[in-house]
Amino acid sequence: MMRHIPVREAILASAILLLIVLIASRFAGFVTPANLANVFNDTAPLIILALGQMVVILTRCIDLSVAANLALTGMAVAMINVAFPGLPIPFILAIAVTLGAMMGAINGVLVWKLNIPPIVVTLGTMTIFRGIIFLISDGKWVNSHEMSPAFTGFPRAAFLGLPVLSWIAIITVIAFGVMMSRTQFGRSIFAVGGNPHAAVYTGINVGRTQFGAFVVSGALAGLTGYLWVARYAVAYVDIAGGFELEVVAACVIGGISIAGGIGSVGGAVLGAIFLGVVKNALPVVNISPFWQLAISGSAILIAVAFNARSGRTKGRIILKSAEVTQ
Amino acid sequence: MTNTTQTRHIPDRLHSRAARLFKSWEALLFAVAIAIFVVNSFASPYFLNAWNLSDATFNFTEKAMIAFAMALLIISGEIDLSVASIIALASTAMGLAVQYGAGTPELVAIGLTVGLLCGAFNGVFVTILGLPSIVVTIGTMSLFRGISYIILGDDAFRGYPTSFSWFGQGYIYWVFTVEMLFFVIIAIVYAVLLHKTNFGRAVYAIGNNPTGALFSGIRVARVKFILFLLTGLMSGVAAICLTSRLGSTRPSIATGMELEVVTMVALGGVNILGGSGTIPGVVIAAFVMGLVTFGLGLLNVPGIVMSIFIGLLLIGVIALPRLWAMVAAQRKARKIA
Repeated sequence: MMRHIPVREAILASAILLLIVLIASRFAGFVTPANLANVFNDTAPLIILALGQMVVILTRCIDLSVAANLALTGMAVAMINVAFPGLPIPFILAIAVTLGAMMGAINGVLVWKLNIPPIVVTLGTMTIFRGIIFLISDGKWVNSHEMSPAFTGFPRAAFLGLPVLSWIAIITVIAFGVMMSRTQFGRSIFAVGGNPHAAVYTGINVGRTQFGAFVVSGALAGLTGYLWVARYAVAYVDIAGGFELEVVAACVIGGISIAGGIGSVGGAVLGAIFLGVVKNALPVVNISPFWQLAISGSAILIAVAFNARSGRTKGRIILKSAEVTQ
Repeated sequence: MTNTTQTRHIPDRLHSRAARLFKSWEALLFAVAIAIFVVNSFASPYFLNAWNLSDATFNFTEKAMIAFAMALLIISGEIDLSVASIIALASTAMGLAVQYGAGTPELVAIGLTVGLLCGAFNGVFVTILGLPSIVVTIGTMSLFRGISYIILGDDAFRGYPTSFSWFGQGYIYWVFTVEMLFFVIIAIVYAVLLHKTNFGRAVYAIGNNPTGALFSGIRVARVKFILFLLTGLMSGVAAICLTSRLGSTRPSIATGMELEVVTMVALGGVNILGGSGTIPGVVIAAFVMGLVTFGLGLLNVPGIVMSIFIGLLLIGVIALPRLWAMVAAQRKARKIA
């Protein structure tokens, strides 16, 4: 029975709870449902991107281009909105997801067909995507008064007490929970990351699975691109600069092994929420926001050191039954 | 790594030394560098000017200093993404020391020490705790720069002593800058270290097969620890040069430089998965990146657009030979069939 409780997620969840209790002891207003909902809404983009990154990391790759993809898609849809203000939101969403997925596909093809290490590919595409934003926008900003009210209103619209942005994050989490545990694609992602050689022998196309992971990550980055630009009602070259590392950090804190094959949807979500709580709590408890970077850095180091300790298996697993008792 | 069906082609006889040299990555890169040089000198009348070219070297000298140490680290199968943050922390420490009246020798000592300490910090996590370097250094990347932000906030340190400006603004002779001298010395030191010493052979051995290296008597952890120390030290040197050149320290100093350094190393033909690469390759890559940025700058191309070229260059130089090999293999297969 004990083995059904994921230890790592439980510890991370209690760490987050402890953190919230500590914050509440200094500022009770932080734990009101309205504020917690706010924190969640603020963390929603990070949660969505962390799930996409999780899939990529599970297949032994890494996607450093997500923030640039987000910014490029955001700029593209913002400019489309300026040019065609009447375009309904479902179209905008479809364009954002497609555009993001296409950029993910570029990464995926380079990794799959040309066997270029993912870190090199996505380093390259990261700078290329950022540059393209400058080219299409001419370095100009798209400001809120240029965007249509429907465009900026969508992520903020309330539905059953929560903004649409939060609902999209919740739906993504549920969809990923199902995908990772119930679909062939989800299982093959774990198989590819756990042991690529074995995956080949079981008939899984390793390269294509990695390609799929990049497309998923890109599509989510595109979706978040629209949500981000609409929520903050501004688009420019540098939006979400450096956000790719925060996304990777959320995954690492959530216990997703950078070596691939190990990780869970719950872990990625909790990792993102941890960073979100820290970010939102600092101003509340009167710590300068300049501390945030150092705190998230320390959190990554502690999390990775901790995960390595707990993840160390004592011997080689030979029998399936032995694996179950672990 | 992922392509398990790839077979290794073993030639009947080795190519001659000259043929290998001609077909090497470095030769290809060198040709690219020459091509960029020629195109640039036609594209802008200001390109072929000794002083302009001298200024252009600042585009790459500081990054290249780190890139040499990073090349060794990557060949050994590790990576350090925290180098730009080490620069920020070392620069902040020097700026702080200036407020307490430190002179140039003290500043240099502080810059180098902070670099070494940061490298040691990374090294401890990677070699003693056995953690993956990419994650550790993503963490320390936030941590080191985070400490700079805690100390400085949105402030800046200024008031460096006049003699300190020698490192980043001084000239040795005519158009040759102090940074160029550092660049050349460091390149030679690392080339000798990697290509002519036991330590260098150990680095290759570790990158190709860490377990095998361990069983052949190489102290893998110690070598890796030293490589992290060296990368930290070089970041300290780069921090001294950059701070001296800018004359001020902000916590956002050198943001994103780690990616440019890694790009330079990868462009230089170092296998990002470890095991192979040369220092001459990195030297040429440094010139290629410097010439591209300088040439485009003369043509009034904004910095962000230049990054497109750097990105394309990075992917292109790795993708094209692989595409070429794939096409050649297909043609061969068709011939046999």
